[in-house]
Amino acid sequence: MNGPISSDAIAGENYESFSEAVPDAKLEAKGLDFFYGKSQALHDVNIGFQRNAVTALIGPSGCGKSTLLRALNRIYALYPGQRAAGEILLDGKNTLDRGVDLGQLRAKVGMVFQQPTPFPMSIYDNVAFGVRLYEKLSKPDLDQRVEESLKRAALWTEVKDKLQSSGLGLSGGQQQRLCVARGVAVRPEILLLDEPASALDPISTAKLEETIVELKPDITIVIVTHNLQQAARISDNAAFMYLGRLIEFAKTDRLFDNPRARRTADYITGRFG
Amino acid sequence: MAAIAGFGVLILITLLILSALVAVLGSLFRARKLANLGFIAFCVGGATLAIVALAAILASLLANGLGGVNLAVFTQDTPAVGSPGGLRNAIVGSIAMCLMGMIIAVVIGVLAGTWLAEYSGRSRWTAAYGSIVRFVNDVLLSAPSILVGLFIYYVLVAKTWPLSLGHYSAMAGAVALAMLAVPVVTRTTEDVLRLQSKQLRESGVALGAPLWITIKDILWKAGSGGMITGALLAFARVSGETAPLLFTSLGNQFSTVHLLYKEGGKWIFDPSLGLNQPTASLPTVIFNYALSAYDDWRRLAWVGALLIAIAVLGINILVRVLSAEPKRS
Repeated sequence: MNGPISSDAIAGENYESFSEAVPDAKLEAKGLDFFYGKSQALHDVNIGFQRNAVTALIGPSGCGKSTLLRALNRIYALYPGQRAAGEILLDGKNTLDRGVDLGQLRAKVGMVFQQPTPFPMSIYDNVAFGVRLYEKLSKPDLDQRVEESLKRAALWTEVKDKLQSSGLGLSGGQQQRLCVARGVAVRPEILLLDEPASALDPISTAKLEETIVELKPDITIVIVTHNLQQAARISDNAAFMYLGRLIEFAKTDRLFDNPRARRTADYITGRFG
Repeated sequence: MAAIAGFGVLILITLLILSALVAVLGSLFRARKLANLGFIAFCVGGATLAIVALAAILASLLANGLGGVNLAVFTQDTPAVGSPGGLRNAIVGSIAMCLMGMIIAVVIGVLAGTWLAEYSGRSRWTAAYGSIVRFVNDVLLSAPSILVGLFIYYVLVAKTWPLSLGHYSAMAGAVALAMLAVPVVTRTTEDVLRLQSKQLRESGVALGAPLWITIKDILWKAGSGGMITGALLAFARVSGETAPLLFTSLGNQFSTVHLLYKEGGKWIFDPSLGLNQPTASLPTVIFNYALSAYDDWRRLAWVGALLIAIAVLGINILVRVLSAEPKRS
């Protein structure tokens, strides 16, 4: 999805970039470059994700927003040939360091994908799966955790009577909220959402958005979305990316009402992208 | 083969005649309609031929075998000429060797298929090794079973090296059957795992699970339907194999598979389950009895053939039922 990007093309077009520093960054990328084999997909990205706030990443397809997201929990490490350079600081510690335990990192930095991916097991086991990996809870405690997680994902009332039935039997929107519940159950500090609503109908989307806003007090959220209204509705900060570069990063209101970069303005007014 | 080639030639000749018709009739439309009819007729003919062949096999098995089915078939061992008997030792031997062979094959095949699907792409060297494994596996998939039998004979039965068992046994037979089943299981496991979505794999890993736990708890479960289907088809294939058993388990007139047996009025516990002795199996009994000059032996051979056919048919129907199971509840 990410072809090689010629930096000359951008340099030739009077490339301008505006990035505001955020107060109290939970997670921060500094000078982040990303490579798929030889082609570079991210160029010197500097961005801070504010603690307990929602940050939206927007931009046209192939601009690198999903790549940035996938760098944050190092899920890309599954694939040989993909690599990141620079720094990603989680509470000040560089997660790109060699010694970092990827399992621990990913337990802290959860992720929800575009397509709902319930595991082929019961609803209960779906939620308990991640918890069982890192905590030894007694049965009542685990029950408690599953209930709490499903409640936070606004799914509890719909599934409380069929916790033992398969997660595959739920509707698309319910499956996606199950994936959120599963992610929340391990009590992550950060949750990455990769276009979580793009496969959902409007009602399910609205429910999912409510869920995201409700998670905000405890969890730092980064969401990739193609839906500009969605970004405007739920995010506190927003970043516009283009051709692997961060073009503009600001408070969401400010970015949408008064963009400083010409490209940002063009994109949010629908002139391209 | 000759039938297929002949069939192809027939189609070609028909097409030639039809194109000649175009020239004669001068109407492209009418000729095309005729060609269409001809083509459909050949397709229907081909399908009918296949079904008729299967039906004829089943009918002859039923006609010749059904009359010989009685309780003694399941309770008595293969008889000496002229005395009454059954197929108990062969049935038990077949089931034991097939099960043991499948256990070996599923363990090796699932692990090999998993490695090919999930790990072989990690580096250039493993990818190269993976494609060699895949090629060899495909060759094994179509290897003549008699070669596999001879190979196991050389490795496990003949006293060629220290680790050889040195004699015919159910274990050697099971290993030979496993060798035929491994490629099928490996192949289906790899295919099924490759069909799982990238995001399913990633979402396991994104929860902090190591890849191996993601594979074991999520991907295997998601692919279990296809993997079970593959294993059952492999089971169906090996359950009728004769050639690999002729050189490995040989055959035996008596029941050998047991946990306890009686000798001199005393019960003796046998931890080897009797699997280290030459063992009877349905295909080898059929092979020997069908070629014999005795009517009662030939009758038992028919019964054995009927039993195998029913078992294979049953497994195939089971596969159909399993794979037709809807994914969503």
